[in-house]
Amino acid sequence: MKMERINTFAELQERHQALRHLLGLRLNEAGHKAGFERDILVCGGTGCIASASNDIVANLNAALAANGLAKKVQVLKTGCFGFCEKGPIVLVQPEHVFYTQVKPEDAKAIVEEHIIGGRPVERLLYLEPITQKRIPKSGEMPFYKKQMRIALRNCGLINPERVAEYIAAEGWLALGKVLTEYSREQVVDLMLKSGLRGRGGAGFPTGLKWQAAMKAEGAEKYIVCNADEGDPGAFMDRSIMEGDPCSVLEAMAVAGYCVGAEQGVIYIRAEYPLAIQRLEKAIAQSRELGLLGKNILGSGFNFDVRLQLGAGAFVCGEETALLRSIEGKRGEPTTKPPFPAEKGLWEVPTCVNNVETLANIPPIILKGADWFSSIGTEKSKGTKVFALAGKINNVGLVEVPMGTTLREVIFDIGGGIRGGGEFKAVQTGGPSGGCMTKEHLDTPITYENLQAIGSMMGSGGMIVMDENTCMVDIAKFYLEFTLEESCGKCTPCRIGNKRLHELLCTITEGKAENDAIEKLEVLGEVIKKTSLCGLGQTSPNPVLSTIKFFRDEYEAHIKDHKCPAGVCKNLKQYWVVEDKCIGCTACARNCPAVCISGKVKEIHFIDQSKCIKCGVCMTKCKFGAIEIR
Amino acid sequence: MEAAKETCCQNGLAKEMFEQLEHFIVSVNFDPCSPRRKGDLISILHKAQHIFGYLPKELQIWIAKRLNIQHSEVSGVVSFYNYFTTTPKGKYNVAVCLGTACFVQGADKVLAEFERQLGIKGGEVTEDMKFSIDVVRCIGACGLAPVLTVNEKVYGKVAHTDVAKILEEYKD
Repeated sequence: MKMERINTFAELQERHQALRHLLGLRLNEAGHKAGFERDILVCGGTGCIASASNDIVANLNAALAANGLAKKVQVLKTGCFGFCEKGPIVLVQPEHVFYTQVKPEDAKAIVEEHIIGGRPVERLLYLEPITQKRIPKSGEMPFYKKQMRIALRNCGLINPERVAEYIAAEGWLALGKVLTEYSREQVVDLMLKSGLRGRGGAGFPTGLKWQAAMKAEGAEKYIVCNADEGDPGAFMDRSIMEGDPCSVLEAMAVAGYCVGAEQGVIYIRAEYPLAIQRLEKAIAQSRELGLLGKNILGSGFNFDVRLQLGAGAFVCGEETALLRSIEGKRGEPTTKPPFPAEKGLWEVPTCVNNVETLANIPPIILKGADWFSSIGTEKSKGTKVFALAGKINNVGLVEVPMGTTLREVIFDIGGGIRGGGEFKAVQTGGPSGGCMTKEHLDTPITYENLQAIGSMMGSGGMIVMDENTCMVDIAKFYLEFTLEESCGKCTPCRIGNKRLHELLCTITEGKAENDAIEKLEVLGEVIKKTSLCGLGQTSPNPVLSTIKFFRDEYEAHIKDHKCPAGVCKNLKQYWVVEDKCIGCTACARNCPAVCISGKVKEIHFIDQSKCIKCGVCMTKCKFGAIEIR
Repeated sequence: MEAAKETCCQNGLAKEMFEQLEHFIVSVNFDPCSPRRKGDLISILHKAQHIFGYLPKELQIWIAKRLNIQHSEVSGVVSFYNYFTTTPKGKYNVAVCLGTACFVQGADKVLAEFERQLGIKGGEVTEDMKFSIDVVRCIGACGLAPVLTVNEKVYGKVAHTDVAKILEEYKD
């Protein structure tokens, strides 16, 4: 379908009005009823596609066609709804009925019982775990109640592969408004007033970044979108690019106008094929409409965007390393200053912003700085998207106002600990961050509060751990990650982290000396103070913060040679519980190391010197007669 | 350039593959004289790996000559980034996610079980070139943790006891 070029802001506004009906059913707007009677939205995010959501779409279409409803009901794939735990998600509009864990074979029931029969399919509705009641609407589910969606506003609302739906959802209007009504300085003022801070890690004020790039001299400038979401466990940027790719492009164009850049580059992970594909489509369609390219909306402003694929290097999330990578070099960071705003890509002024930061910008322009700064706390404005994962019931993507407490996020929205276990800690900021414990649960989430505790906001990964997680092991896990990802340019990071890791290994193997904790602390502080870039400067955080809050656990490993969580293999011993063993021989027959002895109907015995700690005996015993000591 | 092409062909890299790569290099308007020519290197390496499956030395030399840059620079980039590999992958590549969300749900046990059953370590390929194992960091499907892929197929909520069953699917 050929789309006509939009030449002015007035034409864009007209187009927006003319397309608004596309979302009529979904937004329940009486004046904007669409040609369809119902919209069935199916989650087309990476997680749900992995659970066969494409087959759900195909089966829904087939069932509709079989019942002669193909012209009355439309099936669309949207971006991520966020409730990944219960995916694949299917939402029926306008009645807003929210189906969870739908299987391709359920398509028939949805069409026959719900669409034709008018009765929602009870068994597919969300089951509230405490009340054991089915909840038909997402707005009534605890997972969604406390959320506020700004960056994720269009995810799960629009079809991300149609720029027309983005325009219907007020897309590109912010750019139009800026190009016709604002000077470059006014855009900076607006950003400063809004209080928006970078969502990728450090939380640097976006307005200041733009101001520096605007003031920097140079005929050529670049806008770079940092979509190298390397923090394991964080997937908000992927979801935004998959669910609302145009908002990233629009915000980059606004930034381009503000700082005086005509070229934009999105540096995206190669591991995100779906996001790449959706962005490519969005770029092509936006160019066709004249929203990217030469003389945008007749303003004389030129701006275009291209994609640059990363190649799997965590350090490239650091902006100077990222710029070196775009230049085709090894992704090694360089010292700041000069900051990218002065000398960035190809040595010209460059403004680097993260995906989630950019996604906040169009609404700030349309609704104003006062609206945005009224959300959140004094110094942390707006909302933050968190990726909840780990030992938590509701794994998924949530967006909450800054200042929401950890307890609200983990227990109210996240539904508490999986399997009814006990909350032990939550790690934010990934390999650069630290952990927080029970005593911090009522802390409002802000940049400052997390930093004061010894963690950081980071990109928003939130990994929840229960009492079965060993904190020394988790610190070791993060450090292994840093070790692998350290670029090797500076000594503290390259060698210091290796030594830290070795110390941690001696602890988990029960071979550590008594002063191991002090050594970790001293070395960690040195690495933080002397590393070149953000990666090294933050890499000891997981170790230091777990020492701070779980020192007793480290001591148990070192002094008592015990792992309280029963995780560290070398410190683990399997024992037969004498009063439970009935002598069935199941353990002895299955032991791969043949180290269990005992006759039928007699208590068995494990030879600790031969045991390889595989745990087979424990899984095979039907009487719970094997325990870890 | 021709000479490099020759050696490659002798080593079993097909001529059509080089033609495909050449076609791509032309399509991005590559300019061997531009001071910014290295900016295209990573996307060309991506394409090359897509076509050839891996980036052996001969191919790197060919690319270096074609792009008018040093082989050492190409090699430096290839060795720096995890995504690029200089060893071929197996017919079925098992990629186990060891992102944090998967790790706390026991992905390390799943990986160990694959390594045990296939008799190779992460990053290696079996002698018959049938299976290879990769360790990847977060594919962003944390709701399905622990997650792994075999070629394009995604397996979610995998336990180490599922490994034999998964390998069975690729017995052929």
